[in-house]
Amino acid sequence: MNDSSPILRVNNITKSFGDNTILNGVSFDLVKGEIKVLIGPSGGGKSTLLQCINCLVVPDSGDIELENEQIDFSSKQDLYSLRQRVGMIFQDFNLFDHLTALGNITIALRKVKKISKKDAEQRARVELEQVGLGDKEDLYPAQLSGGQKQRVAIARALAMDPKILMLDEPTSALDPELIGEVIAVIKALAHKGMTMVMATHQISLISGLADEILFMEQGNIVEQGPPSLLLTSGNSSKTQGFCDRLNELSEVEA
Amino acid sequence: MELSPFYQELITSLNRGLMMSIALIIPSVIGGVLIGVLAGATRTFGNPVIRKVGDTYAAIFRGTPLVVQLFILYFGLPNLGIYLSPYVAAVVGFTLCSGAYQSEYIRGALLSIKRGQYLGAQALGFTTFQAIFWIIVPQAVRRAIHGCGNEIIYLIKYSSLAFIVTCIELTGEGKTIATEYFRFTEVFTIIGLYYLALVTVAIFILKKIEQRLYVPGFGRS
Ligand SMILES: Nc1ncnc2c1ncn2[C@@H]1O[C@H](COP(=O)(O)OP(=O)(O)OP(=O)(O)O)[C@@H](O)[C@H]1O
Ligand SMILES: [Mg+2]
Repeated sequence: MNDSSPILRVNNITKSFGDNTILNGVSFDLVKGEIKVLIGPSGGGKSTLLQCINCLVVPDSGDIELENEQIDFSSKQDLYSLRQRVGMIFQDFNLFDHLTALGNITIALRKVKKISKKDAEQRARVELEQVGLGDKEDLYPAQLSGGQKQRVAIARALAMDPKILMLDEPTSALDPELIGEVIAVIKALAHKGMTMVMATHQISLISGLADEILFMEQGNIVEQGPPSLLLTSGNSSKTQGFCDRLNELSEVEA
Repeated sequence: MELSPFYQELITSLNRGLMMSIALIIPSVIGGVLIGVLAGATRTFGNPVIRKVGDTYAAIFRGTPLVVQLFILYFGLPNLGIYLSPYVAAVVGFTLCSGAYQSEYIRGALLSIKRGQYLGAQALGFTTFQAIFWIIVPQAVRRAIHGCGNEIIYLIKYSSLAFIVTCIELTGEGKTIATEYFRFTEVFTIIGLYYLALVTVAIFILKKIEQRLYVPGFGRS
């Protein structure tokens, strides 16, 4: 896995809003099949970093290379093609409220990928089946539970055949009893070899899936390494301390 | 039952006027909605110049009486060498006026769509135009439909102003008969009933459209 060249290169990205520096020169590489997990305190810049990677927020400086092609931030075509190849899952799902589960998936296939209605529906059904929602295709977002919405969002992203999937706290907006079903889908994706960058505070995703943990604080990656290294007990890493606190929290909740 | 000559003449004239009213209303409603969506979208998403143009259009047509607009279209434009028939002048006036009001409803609805809807579309690779056209506008239309329907009902009633540019529709026909026989109360009561019938039909059609566009739970969160 590590001998192949990176599929995504994030190089020295900076981003400020006004005087507020949110990303302060962030770099990392991602190889095919790799899973990187972003953790760190609130406001550390995780969401901003993810949104910079697919240019929902255009970085102030630095560069992004996807499949060995550098993205020209000023070219709309480059941005559209980048976003087609990098799927994004949001904390609050962002399903299209006026479309059914099936319609949410087919609209992107039809309008962006220009696939025929029939083929789009066929593909959408396959993806819904994969996330265990084969029987829910006619339901609208308001008729789905949070966990189901997030699974539709994942199916929608996967139908576009992304090279990379980015997930921004995919379980944070869910009731505790619904988190499990989404985690199961993400784990299944990982087993299939999906390349992912994920911001999460879900311990089982951090320690169970991450090939590498990136600890972000005040716009910098201040610590990085595999969970086996950062999360061994007795380690004095920030990551360890942070995850201990997460563990305490989840025990309080449980 | 044989109707008296007065009523015979009245009903024949009013039916002719009704046809003219319908011929005025239908294109004006369609044109008004289309211009409303277009102007509403550009006033919300357009670049500053286009936005200014849209805002100015809405300000002028919402800010001046329809009577004045119709007068200028019919009696003023010939000074510039543009001659409109009474019918065309009326339809153009109604369309532009209605479009200005519709754009206001559409704009409010567009602004009420949560940013996440746009982000979700963008993240899938939608172009800005595609996201607006396929995601934002269809939702905004659902939110705007009550306001837009209201404006359509107004339009049905202000279509009676066509007679001031000598386009003789329902009200114009009735007025001629009323003056001739000097029986205003009966004539205008019956005209009122005609409009009531028109509005009732419009409400029925709007209900059907609403049902068609219905999305369970939409707009409640
Ligand atoms: N559009 C914006 N305009 C101004 N400030 C912003 C904007 N987006 C984000 N910020 C600021 O950037 C900082 C980093 O936010 P970001 O959402 O990236 O953090 P995060 O690590 O994802 O935090 P969390 O764990 O709470 O999701 C925050 O202080 C936030 O207020
Ligand atoms: Mg965040």
